[in-house]
Amino acid sequence: MTGTPVLRVEDVYKSFGAEQVLQGVSLAVPEHTVTVLIGASGSGKSTLLRCVNLLTPVDDGVIRLDDWDITDPDVDPDQVRRQIGMVFQSFNLFPHLSVLDNITLSPRKVHDVPRARAEAEGMALLERFGLADKARQYPDRLSGGQQQRVAIVRSMAVSPRLMLMDEVTSALDPVLVNEVLSTVRELKSEGMTMVIATHEMGFAEQVADEVCFLSAGIIVERGRPEAVLHDPQDQRTRDFLRRVHEAGRL
Amino acid sequence: MSQQAGTHRPSPEEQRRRVVRAKQARRRVAISAVSTVVVLGALAVVVVTSPGWGVVRSTFFDLDYAREVLPAVFKGLLLNIRLTIVASVAIAILGLALALARTSKAAALTPFRILATAYVDLFRGVPTLLVILLVGFGVPALQLTGVTSSVIILGTTAIVLTYSAYVAEVLRSGILSVHPSQRAAARSLGLTSGQALRYVVLPQGVRRVVPPLLNDFVSLLKDTGLISVLGVIDAVRAAQIESSKSFNYTPYVVAAVLFLLLTIPLTRMTDRFVHRAIERQNAQVGG
Repeated sequence: MTGTPVLRVEDVYKSFGAEQVLQGVSLAVPEHTVTVLIGASGSGKSTLLRCVNLLTPVDDGVIRLDDWDITDPDVDPDQVRRQIGMVFQSFNLFPHLSVLDNITLSPRKVHDVPRARAEAEGMALLERFGLADKARQYPDRLSGGQQQRVAIVRSMAVSPRLMLMDEVTSALDPVLVNEVLSTVRELKSEGMTMVIATHEMGFAEQVADEVCFLSAGIIVERGRPEAVLHDPQDQRTRDFLRRVHEAGRL
Repeated sequence: MSQQAGTHRPSPEEQRRRVVRAKQARRRVAISAVSTVVVLGALAVVVVTSPGWGVVRSTFFDLDYAREVLPAVFKGLLLNIRLTIVASVAIAILGLALALARTSKAAALTPFRILATAYVDLFRGVPTLLVILLVGFGVPALQLTGVTSSVIILGTTAIVLTYSAYVAEVLRSGILSVHPSQRAAARSLGLTSGQALRYVVLPQGVRRVVPPLLNDFVSLLKDTGLISVLGVIDAVRAAQIESSKSFNYTPYVVAAVLFLLLTIPLTRMTDRFVHRAIERQNAQVGG
């Protein structure tokens, strides 16, 4: 874990009208590591991810991707997004395209990869994640878990430098959560650098190199997962984990 | 699921229910048949026994005369069909351009957005017949060099102007109906806003508005008859010419029947398409 972090977030602020969602968040994600964001709904996890992907402009602060200030107004957002993969809570597969076309759209149109090569690479990825038999199907024929795994493969197809995952299991029933989480674990084992917002504490403990607990737009506690999740120092973290525990999610 | 598929035999209870259901179905068919015969029969009796029926039959439903004028009216109808095809291509292009101009957020396109909005407001708000008269008689009166004075071209242009405003609004509603998360997903994959529009938003938006577009197509086919006011010899005008020769209105009925032969299959097709789309959507929600 030496050298420049892949992602650096420096004192970022963001509010929507009177609602202050991020109030000075800083974060550094070294290469090949996984940072997991936990916190109650509305604590700013999703907004932080959307800011990193430039889907939401920041009000203040700097975000750097490999030392490149991507919050500079002169930066072309498309250039940034080509290096960042993002997976959403609601999958957002393109319903009018087959699974394989969903995966090859960006390589073909954005990265000018010829169709034959894009499809060969797409098939190889589907093969690796056990989805090869779904290549010609349309998203509405797939289970939620399969759709989310396709969405992850779709983001992988452009070989991103950094992967953002926004509560990727929140829309799934408990049986399907595991297949998606094992896909994410596989990405980690391949060394993908990731920032993951999740409500799955057990999963956070397994994949995280660092856990950050957000509350009211600031990171109130961060550290190794076993420390933050089992021996929290801040009262707000303790309250949150106790509530999660009572809900039976730990 | 210990039982194998296909080996299940209906229980006596179910067999009894099936007999009852079959009886209920037969009764429903009988009731609908009787009520149809009674209502339509009564209508027919009222019409046929009315004091003026004899005159109406000879002036509107003269079969021999209908056969005589059919070729002329049919020739006119071919013009309506040709105009419909040409106009629908032009309308598709212009309508799409207007819809894109109205939905775009690019700063450079602001003047086009304003112009497109004004255009749609104008042509959606003026009766088609007035547009045809204004373009058909107004443009030649300007005596511009190089501008055609062919009433067929001017009449078609007027219809294209009006219908592209309708179609633009339909397409715009389709584009706006695609959830913003689709665009966000496309942008997060690195697609530019233009690429996201072309490969993700437009294909979904257009698909959703195919039924209303088919409706507009049927209306377009009928409304090409309006350019007969400019003297173009289409089916309506041909019928008018024939009937003014004889003071018999049968040619109008012939023209109406010919239009119906085209529009009824088209509307049925639209209905089926809408039905299928709804079923597919329900299947998606259920799955």
